[in-house]
Amino acid sequence: MSLIAAWGLTKQFGDFTAVDGIDFEVERGEVFGFLGPNGAGKSSTMRMIGCVSDPTGGALRILGMDPSREGTKIRTRLGVVPQQDNLDEELSVAENLYVYGRYFDLPRSLLRSRIAELLDFVQLTERANDHVEPLSGGMKRRLTIARALISEPEVLLLDEPTTGLDPQARHVVWERLWTLKRRGVTQVLTTHYMDEAEQLCDRLVVMDRGQIVAEGSPRQLIERYSTREVVEVRTHGQVTVMADALRRLGESPEAQTRDELYERVEELPDRVLLYTDQGERLVALLGEVEHESVLVRRSTLEDVFLHLTGRSLVD
Amino acid sequence: MPPAAVVPRTKLAVEYWLLTYRRNWKGSLLTSFLSPILFLAAMGLGLGSLVDAEVGSGRDLGGLDYLDFLAPGLLAGNAMMLAVNESTYPVLGGFKWYRTYMAMAASPLRGRDIMLGHFTYMAFRVTLASFVFLGVMAVFGAVSSPLAVLAPICAALCGMAFATPTAAFVATRINADNFSTYTRFVIMPMFLFSGIFYPVSQLPIVLEQIAWLTPVWHGVRLCRALSTGSGVNWELAGHLAYLVALILIGTLLSARTFTRRLYE
Repeated sequence: MSLIAAWGLTKQFGDFTAVDGIDFEVERGEVFGFLGPNGAGKSSTMRMIGCVSDPTGGALRILGMDPSREGTKIRTRLGVVPQQDNLDEELSVAENLYVYGRYFDLPRSLLRSRIAELLDFVQLTERANDHVEPLSGGMKRRLTIARALISEPEVLLLDEPTTGLDPQARHVVWERLWTLKRRGVTQVLTTHYMDEAEQLCDRLVVMDRGQIVAEGSPRQLIERYSTREVVEVRTHGQVTVMADALRRLGESPEAQTRDELYERVEELPDRVLLYTDQGERLVALLGEVEHESVLVRRSTLEDVFLHLTGRSLVD
Repeated sequence: MPPAAVVPRTKLAVEYWLLTYRRNWKGSLLTSFLSPILFLAAMGLGLGSLVDAEVGSGRDLGGLDYLDFLAPGLLAGNAMMLAVNESTYPVLGGFKWYRTYMAMAASPLRGRDIMLGHFTYMAFRVTLASFVFLGVMAVFGAVSSPLAVLAPICAALCGMAFATPTAAFVATRINADNFSTYTRFVIMPMFLFSGIFYPVSQLPIVLEQIAWLTPVWHGVRLCRALSTGSGVNWELAGHLAYLVALILIGTLLSARTFTRRLYE
């Protein structure tokens, strides 16, 4: 049975529908992601899974229980890393873990050993007795992850786990989350970074305007909604003019048929994307079109999102 | 069944507040000492010598020296001020700035555990400060009945009669814009017009009747009776009932507003 299952899950705030009838299931041991831009309804969904927000429609089962009736029981078995750090800055690093463990009524003796293990796990042992306030953003995030693990939860909920962190700090967080995954901890995360979703998630749903627009593993999604390669062409001139020129390429005698050369053309403000399975051949034909630079790359989830919604993930 | 499901969870929330108190108890206790010393020295002794010379412990003060009259009133007034402080910024901070409540809400603690945990801590702070206040009163010679040991409890009830409805209101606020208005135009007038510094019978009848409705007047009457030993009668049960009723109403209102804010 799924650890988490939702059918037609809906959250409305007055007239505004934040989550619009979504279905999903999370299996034990997997890392499941909600990918989407800000305002897609990811955080509202996470709050409902965290049992701090009642659904206004549909059904939600977590660990086989109904969150609106057994929220406390469910929360005992969840670990939550909120989007906004809510550590106590006046307390020390170790005290933050201690007091949070006490909310779960864990005995002091158990907490002592668990705090030592967790501080070691998030590489904060040396800062155990320091105040939280002067810690870097990455350290605070790692401490928040350690805090969520204090009760040895069956599911770890991470809302935008690396938003606001510098690249190096992100990699440290990712590396810790991989380690947890290898240990079999089920993780549910939201992100608007496609590289984060690609790196961490076994399976994910793409959300847009409160709805799920696609579901699958990162690889499946790319195969289904994008091509093997993307040719990015930049220009000094007008993008629309170049895009038209590129479209005409597909009608040139060398191309034989348009479909063979590329599947789709996307215009962005500063460049044109050509979705193709034969990037090199396409580049060879580009001499006829005036352009500044050209780049062939693999498709990413960003391309999936662009294809599904016509918009970029990060504005 | 996990142990958290059977133990009283309010206690677990209180532990958090006590841990933060351990971090700054020295400063907080020092303030608890200084405030009564300053007030009793300046008004009790300074102003009091003038009042006693003019009025001569007359009927108006119920036969009391001004210091003996003033000190228990200030005890109740001080509890009110402290409780209002503790139930404004720290409560909004719990939702908004420090997000302590939000962190608690992600754990097995429920909205009412979170609310009652903080209220219990506020009551602890106000009770402790009130006992310190009573100690300072004793040093000033402003205590004349053994019943006075009960006065800090009544002062704390008076404080919580303010803290619980205040917290219920604060839980509905987006920001702290109205807090200083509330302190200046609601709390301060009560401090000045509710029988702390002079009997309310000195006021025009309309103001006197308004004063009777304020929780602090009831707190002042209780503290004064217990501290001086005069006027200890059934009237006090009425004052107590009034304060307890307000605390109950404030707690019920807070349960609503806290839950709405935490789980919106």
